[in-house]
Amino acid sequence: MAYVAIADQGQELHDPQSFITKYIWSQDHKVIAIQYSITAIAVGLVALVLSGMMRLQLGFPNSFSFIDPQSYYQFVTMHGMIMVIYLLTALFLGGFGNYLIPLMCGARDMVFPYMNMMSYWIYLVSVLVLMASFFVPGGPTGAGWTLYPPQAILPGTPGADGGIVLMLVSLALFIVAFTMGGLNYVTTALQARTRGMTLMRLPLTVWGIVMATILGLLAFPALLVSAIMMLLDRTLGTSFFMPALLSMGEQLAYNGGSPVLFQHLFWFFGHPEVYIVALPAFGIVSDLLSVHARKNIFGYRMMVWAIIAIGGLSFVVWAHHMYVSGMHPYFGFFFATTTLIIAVPTAIKVYNWVLTLWKGNIRLNVPMLFAIGFVFTFINGGLTGLFLGNVVVDLPLSDTYFVVAHFHMVMGVSPILVVFGAIYHWYPKMTGRMLDETLGKIHFWVTFLGTYAIYYPMHYLGFLGLPRRYYALGDTSFIPDSAATLNASITVAALIVGVVQILFIYNLIVSLRKGKPSGGNPWEATTLEWQTPQTPPVHGNWGPALPVVYRWAYDYSVPGAEEDFVPQNVPRDVVPSEAD
Amino acid sequence: MNIFRALTQKPWLPDEDDSIVEIHPDGAVVLHSAKIALRIFLAVVATLFSLFMAAYYVRMEVPDWRPLAEPGLLWVNTGVLFLASVALQWTRQATYRENLTQIKLGLLAGMTLTLAFLGGQLWVWQQLMADGYYAVGNPANAFFYLITALHGVHIAGGLFVWTRTATRVWRGAEAYQIRLSVELCTVYWHFLLLVWLAVFWVLLST
Repeated sequence: MAYVAIADQGQELHDPQSFITKYIWSQDHKVIAIQYSITAIAVGLVALVLSGMMRLQLGFPNSFSFIDPQSYYQFVTMHGMIMVIYLLTALFLGGFGNYLIPLMCGARDMVFPYMNMMSYWIYLVSVLVLMASFFVPGGPTGAGWTLYPPQAILPGTPGADGGIVLMLVSLALFIVAFTMGGLNYVTTALQARTRGMTLMRLPLTVWGIVMATILGLLAFPALLVSAIMMLLDRTLGTSFFMPALLSMGEQLAYNGGSPVLFQHLFWFFGHPEVYIVALPAFGIVSDLLSVHARKNIFGYRMMVWAIIAIGGLSFVVWAHHMYVSGMHPYFGFFFATTTLIIAVPTAIKVYNWVLTLWKGNIRLNVPMLFAIGFVFTFINGGLTGLFLGNVVVDLPLSDTYFVVAHFHMVMGVSPILVVFGAIYHWYPKMTGRMLDETLGKIHFWVTFLGTYAIYYPMHYLGFLGLPRRYYALGDTSFIPDSAATLNASITVAALIVGVVQILFIYNLIVSLRKGKPSGGNPWEATTLEWQTPQTPPVHGNWGPALPVVYRWAYDYSVPGAEEDFVPQNVPRDVVPSEAD
Repeated sequence: MNIFRALTQKPWLPDEDDSIVEIHPDGAVVLHSAKIALRIFLAVVATLFSLFMAAYYVRMEVPDWRPLAEPGLLWVNTGVLFLASVALQWTRQATYRENLTQIKLGLLAGMTLTLAFLGGQLWVWQQLMADGYYAVGNPANAFFYLITALHGVHIAGGLFVWTRTATRVWRGAEAYQIRLSVELCTVYWHFLLLVWLAVFWVLLST
């Protein structure tokens, strides 16, 4: 059957027949979502292995002949860039955004399916270009994930020949792909909502993803600008960012460029990027907590406003990444203030999550464990952010392991816990089968406790003054020998956490065939994606008629209702709403 | 619908005012999706150019900045781009009058004028290079080449869509079938004209 995709498009949804148009060159948002997810997870595993190699060097310095200073910096750089952009951004927006926005809004597909497909293929090319840099002479760039000039493109930095060029080209391609996808996500959420689905009846997942997409659309241009200008500095020899300098005793042709300009452009992208990753996690975790606590989300409107406020504020805090670069004191004061202000809406969200759990009928299944784990980890990482947001505290801590601990807690571990929770939650809808519960619980506890064993001690190492980015510490009088022991134990924990992810991948693959059949709505959830006529949803999602929405997304444990949940498409005269 | 009214709804209450829910009986559509998407895209492009302009002003502070010459040809190009915008606007009106001859004329005029603009920009580049203003010579030159190139690439992308629309007309499409495409292109051209005027003003004033 072919249906009209969107009321105003006037053309039929394409109706794929062959294997290739169905599963490879597909315009179906669900297939594209799975393509995005598999690619992102695959490239994320590469980054995971890289982090393991870094930890081997840090925990047991100079014991491994295949890690020299050059390759160490390459591992650091590629690990950071892949995790932040090619895994988290792509997975949250390209993966979950693609899968959930049309289903949660009650649409048959994205508004522009062809552009959506192109978005994935360009993303894939950008990943391949990035991976190719492992195989060019000189290897991938080792400039650090922030790619600061001048060292990023100077001879002597690992990968200054080909690696940095491929990195910049890959980023530019990623931005093109993201823009194509992002236009789709926003337009679909604005235009393709089904009858009765007002903005305030949208699940918070959609709010989080759409707001993150808007941030991405406005922030990625800054990365594009800096990537293009750096590429020209590297290839043509212009001096946008490159100051006059001596390299290996020779005066280079560069003159007058401003490295700090790059930092401003980079962080004008870089800080919103934190929220591009965090906002979808906020949205998804709100829904996970509400579903598995069988309670409506506490303060729905406040949650929506907080998402909007965080989105706006995230554009005026960027320079807090640059206190150590030097700036006018008032400038630093301004950014410290905005940084503390953005903590307010964020704290509101945290309170609301906790209050959602309060007196809930909590079902402690795997998605819920990950969601609660997120709340813990996010509070930990967020609080150290308040320390670092102040100029005087940041200056001594900025180049130590304290910062490594902070940002891994807040934008590494926290979002990835949500990713896991979301996969355990929506896997039944994507495949029709449940993931194995026992394996899931082992996966959760090892990952959750393991990350604390990794990152808690790093805060302490930071206070000791242990500098980050160093390949080896050498002889330093102020660092006690026990720091080395601690580093070794962190490495052991990191390797255990890394290895246990194999269990997760194994679970994903085996449950595809052997998992317990889930039925259409295994979690007894209210949102529209659980009400599709088939599981997994077929092409066009809804059969002949689109669902009609009569209520908000959180009618759980409604007094007087027969069951403890009322789906959004159940009319009011059948089951009254909470306040009727 | 007023955005503040939308955002202050209390979705957990039964609707006192059903009009909120029933406002769009076929879903939430008010404006055509392609128009919404174009607006969002224009916001992205505007951000891109604003950031280049910001970088331009910051880099200007460094004393090695030497402003480059402003060839008179740039004024001619500006005029040509303006005329291209007018031609597109005229074509857009022709699609409402459903006058196919005028539409074809407008399509061709728009295409020719836009190509003339791009050619003119390349000519400016040649003049500047002949006078020794190389990209590596000074950041002012580099910014000029970079921003005009980026603007040209955006124009060229629009021209690709415009040509596809024209092809449809010559293959026998009716006026109402291409109305939307022409309209979207016209908005895009007007926008890029504004961007160019802003860029040109910055170049002249610095």
